[in-house]
Amino acid sequence: MADETLDASGLNCPLPILKTKKALSKMDAGKVLDVISTDAGSVKDIEAFCNQTGNKLVSTTEDGGKYVFTIEKV
Amino acid sequence: MSDDNKMTIIATKGTFDWAFPPFIIASTGVAMDKEVTIFFTFYGLNLLLKDTSKLKVSPIGNPSMPMKMPFGPKWLQKIDFGPKIPNVLWNIPGAESLVTWMMKKTMAKHGVAKLEELRSMCQEFDVKFIACEMTVELFGFDKEDFIDGVEFAGAAMYFDEASGGDHHLYM
Repeated sequence: MADETLDASGLNCPLPILKTKKALSKMDAGKVLDVISTDAGSVKDIEAFCNQTGNKLVSTTEDGGKYVFTIEKV
Repeated sequence: MSDDNKMTIIATKGTFDWAFPPFIIASTGVAMDKEVTIFFTFYGLNLLLKDTSKLKVSPIGNPSMPMKMPFGPKWLQKIDFGPKIPNVLWNIPGAESLVTWMMKKTMAKHGVAKLEELRSMCQEFDVKFIACEMTVELFGFDKEDFIDGVEFAGAAMYFDEASGGDHHLYM
């Protein structure tokens, strides 16, 4: 169960990443954020973001063009 | 932060379309823990103006720009009018404003951030904005024309900012 949820539906690159960064910066380490996005590009982008920043991408799910990324803050 | 995390962008273009890439790359860079500096010079200075409403996109001299309808039936939106419309028509007064308005519409429809939104996110994330002092004077700008938080300096400061970094882009 996520501690926080960010709904970035309808937003396009780079907004899902920027909003994810902002949301994570307000959270404590170990907390979990769910990011909801409708931007197909964010699949690779969130992965790259987590790679670079060290945050852990716990899971990615897709349901009818709606993506949910579960990220654990380092 | 280590030096190899530094990134710089030289922003040289002042049209509405080209205003986006520097702010998109810079804001994403800082979101990914880079330390980013943008050096705005020549027409790129326009991107730092308080009033960005004068930024326009022109189809003249912009031959690869797709020109598609932001509304209407799907088949109509697929047509690229760019190559179909003679360049001479774009000299009609108001054409640039019309095209700019259409591009803004298309961007809003696709959930692309507004220019001011991207710019203020850059500032919120501590992207350093440097305006080239020489071109500020050359083009008769006043420092008050620009948003707060801009530093004014020359090419040497760009090199100081770029020093040690491994990621430098010219836009």
